[in-house]
Amino acid sequence: MQSTPAARTLDVEDLTVRYGQALAVDGVTLAIEPGEVVALLGPSGCGKTTLLRVIAGFVRQAAGRVRVDGATIDHLPANQRNIGIVFQNYALFPHMTVAENVAYGLRARGARGPEVQARVSRFLDVVQLGGFRERLPRQLSGGQQQRVALARALAVEPSILLLDEPFAALDRNLRLDMQIEVKRLQRTLGLTTILVTHDQDEAMSVADRIAVMNKGQVEQFDTPVAIYDRPQTLFVNGFIGTTNLMNGKVAALRNGTATVALDAGASLSLAAPTGIGVGAAVLISVRPEQLALSSVPGPNAWKIEPGLSLPIGAQLVHEARTADGASLKIVEPRRAAAADAARIYCTLAADARPTLFPRST
Amino acid sequence: MNKLAEWQLTLPLALAFAAIFLAPLLMLVGVSFFSDDKITQPGFAQWVKFYGDPFSYKVIADTMLLGVKTVCATILVGYPLALVYLDAPPRLQKVLIFVIVMPLLLSVVVRTFAWIVVLGREGVVNQLLLSLGIISEPLRLLQTELGLVISLTQIEMPLMLLPLISVMSRLDPNLRDASAALGASRWRTLFTVIVPLSMPGLVAGCLLVFASSTTAFISQTVIGGVRLIYLPLLIWQQSLVVFNWPFAAVVSIALLISVLTVVSALSWLGRRSGGYVHG
Ligand SMILES: Nc1ncnc2c1ncn2[C@@H]1O[C@H](COP(=O)(O)OP(=O)(O)O)[C@@H](O)[C@H]1O
Ligand SMILES: [Mg+2]
Repeated sequence: MQSTPAARTLDVEDLTVRYGQALAVDGVTLAIEPGEVVALLGPSGCGKTTLLRVIAGFVRQAAGRVRVDGATIDHLPANQRNIGIVFQNYALFPHMTVAENVAYGLRARGARGPEVQARVSRFLDVVQLGGFRERLPRQLSGGQQQRVALARALAVEPSILLLDEPFAALDRNLRLDMQIEVKRLQRTLGLTTILVTHDQDEAMSVADRIAVMNKGQVEQFDTPVAIYDRPQTLFVNGFIGTTNLMNGKVAALRNGTATVALDAGASLSLAAPTGIGVGAAVLISVRPEQLALSSVPGPNAWKIEPGLSLPIGAQLVHEARTADGASLKIVEPRRAAAADAARIYCTLAADARPTLFPRST
Repeated sequence: MNKLAEWQLTLPLALAFAAIFLAPLLMLVGVSFFSDDKITQPGFAQWVKFYGDPFSYKVIADTMLLGVKTVCATILVGYPLALVYLDAPPRLQKVLIFVIVMPLLLSVVVRTFAWIVVLGREGVVNQLLLSLGIISEPLRLLQTELGLVISLTQIEMPLMLLPLISVMSRLDPNLRDASAALGASRWRTLFTVIVPLSMPGLVAGCLLVFASSTTAFISQTVIGGVRLIYLPLLIWQQSLVVFNWPFAAVVSIALLISVLTVVSALSWLGRRSGGYVHG
């Protein structure tokens, strides 16, 4: 594709949306860079779709602003915002052919004749549906319908692209293909894109940055790696990946390093978050791959009672129980796993970076 | 259970239908082929009498035209109402549905007499127009086609609104948003998305209103009076006043065939536009 319009910034500032009394979006602020793909990730009902609908202009906010390239668009009706959206159910016009669907936005903007046909052909080729021009949407598979919806949204050269759980209805293989496809298109067109999803793997693989939402609020807005490695809140910590939580108490604090006495019976030195004092009750969150089993007791190892071991893919997942009753999951590569019944101690792996959260007692 | 036994299960209902619907219809056709009103001499005299008289064609045309005008009026009033319903918040929708269905709970006779009060020389409409100074003397609305179409529009409105609303509320609300996001104005969305997709409901409504208004004997006679002659009135006169049953049978068949023709044309159109609703 030859034309690459300059990518836009998208700023959401202090956005609040109410349905009657209920807060659907609660003071959300997001500053999105030109050409960036941002995933809105969160459980069902946390306000992701509502946020998209405000940006698209279908729903009015109770407070806050939306800016594109610095200019507010809140006063514009949806049909003057030039924001492309792909709906979760695709929302193709069922009485129009594939070509008519893609041409719809062009015609609505007053384009006529061969120019329309040329663009329709071009965008149908982009999504590899050139041979399906005259089909009706109901004669297409889910993946094909989704590509038509994408071509329809892209054909009008929107300034921003919004995707509401676009891959949710596709089966696994197709989903991966489409994720790659969308990413490729988005790159070529340099489109600032928001992708709504409740699938963390999808968010991790497609997005440049992820906004994790909970109950209408953004809990953390960061790169996938940072979100995985340094979750800022317990919710993000629990929502992304699998994690183990253990109780402990801060025994000493020095130079930003806390010495934590685990209730399970060990002492760990960890990076301390601000606002935690000596004697504070804390939760230690460790990913399963950051724990290791050992047969050697020591001050940094705590005793466990081994449970089941399950091979999952190339990995072995061990279940275990600590002395204070917490259940742990420990993951290690299958080949490295020695079948040693004496491994009844658990330690942090060498590169482990557990996160500390204050615990209310 | 074998195949034979399965279709045999439909026999009681089939027989009931035959007895209730088919037999009277056959008797009607049979009666029409008698030349005298005592039903003694077989012949085509009544057919020749009806179809040889130019007046008959005028009555058929008037009846069909009354149906067409009523259908047009119910569309003009009903379609915007259906759109209002669609946009209303759920609680208002419940109230609206009640208001729409309520007329069906009242007898047609009651509704028709209410319209006499509304349309009469001293009626609400004339009083209002007079007091606003829009007219200087009362309009004649009763016993005119205009008055009849106005009353039938209200009387038949539920038959238009219910199928329309049922089809429209099954439309994916995202379609309107999708259209807007692609840059279409509200009017464009209405005519390129909502109207085509609500066609099945519209056609069903037209069918019901047409069939019901062309045969609305009570409203036609009470509001139209005897000066406006439609097929149902003719049938009534011939069968219950003049007691010429064969002639009444011929007129009935004319009414049946005219209505069936229009109705099948409409439902053919409806089938062509149907099938899109569920994607
Ligand atoms: N049209 C609506 N009217 C009332 N409440 C709504 C409406 N749409 C969404 N909600 C409520 O707002 C909240 C957020 O919904 P939504 O944005 O659809 O969540 P998500 O897309 O993250 O699953 C939910 O609690 C939902 O019940
Ligand atoms: Mg949603």
